[in-house]
Amino acid sequence: MIEVLYFAWVRERIGLPRERIETRAATVADLIAELSAREDRYAMAFADLASLRVALDQELSSFDAPLAGVREVAFFPPMTGG
Amino acid sequence: MRLVVQAGPFDLGAESTAFATGAVGAGAVVTFTGIVRDNGGTLAAMEIEHYPGMTERAIAAIMDEAQARWHLIDALVIHRHGRLVGGEAIMMVATAAPHRADAFAAAEFLMDYLKSRAPFWKKELGRDGASWVAAKDEDEAALNRW
Repeated sequence: MIEVLYFAWVRERIGLPRERIETRAATVADLIAELSAREDRYAMAFADLASLRVALDQELSSFDAPLAGVREVAFFPPMTGG
Repeated sequence: MRLVVQAGPFDLGAESTAFATGAVGAGAVVTFTGIVRDNGGTLAAMEIEHYPGMTERAIAAIMDEAQARWHLIDALVIHRHGRLVGGEAIMMVATAAPHRADAFAAAEFLMDYLKSRAPFWKKELGRDGASWVAAKDEDEAALNRW
């Protein structure tokens, strides 16, 4: 089981802030493909990867990163702090 | 070093004074305050979402990096989340160093990295609806100078 979190417009498009997912996805990209195949709202949220960022266990990561040992995956748009 | 992530307002004067007073041995203190722009009166409110846990980790890592790069005596970051209105202070950064060059540079570095690497997302609520603030290319490019 992996905890998947969504923020900002990713959260709005998918319609929930977090969910627990049973997955065998090997990488972030595999997880995105799996979720996108589920329902349109996921496909819409993940349509443009250039406008998305991913964090694994609260560290910024990349879409080709492996998920082995990861407990928490977060998807969100580029950050706008400050 | 002190890092605060909170929903409520902070007292800019009290924080600045306490920071400067506590920075024993400093010859320079630089403070920066970010304010919610009201966009010519069209902004009703701004909502700032964040990623609890990662926010603190990311900011702490940026502060550690600043301390490794410059000779700092102390640093402070306060960043708010939740609903704010035009004119309110969103965040502040303060740096204290023996000399001003380090204090200025570290403050700018902290600001550049907070903009693009701290997990906050701003949503503007205006008269014509709500929209997420898009990250600017120049904010990402600003990281390259460090």
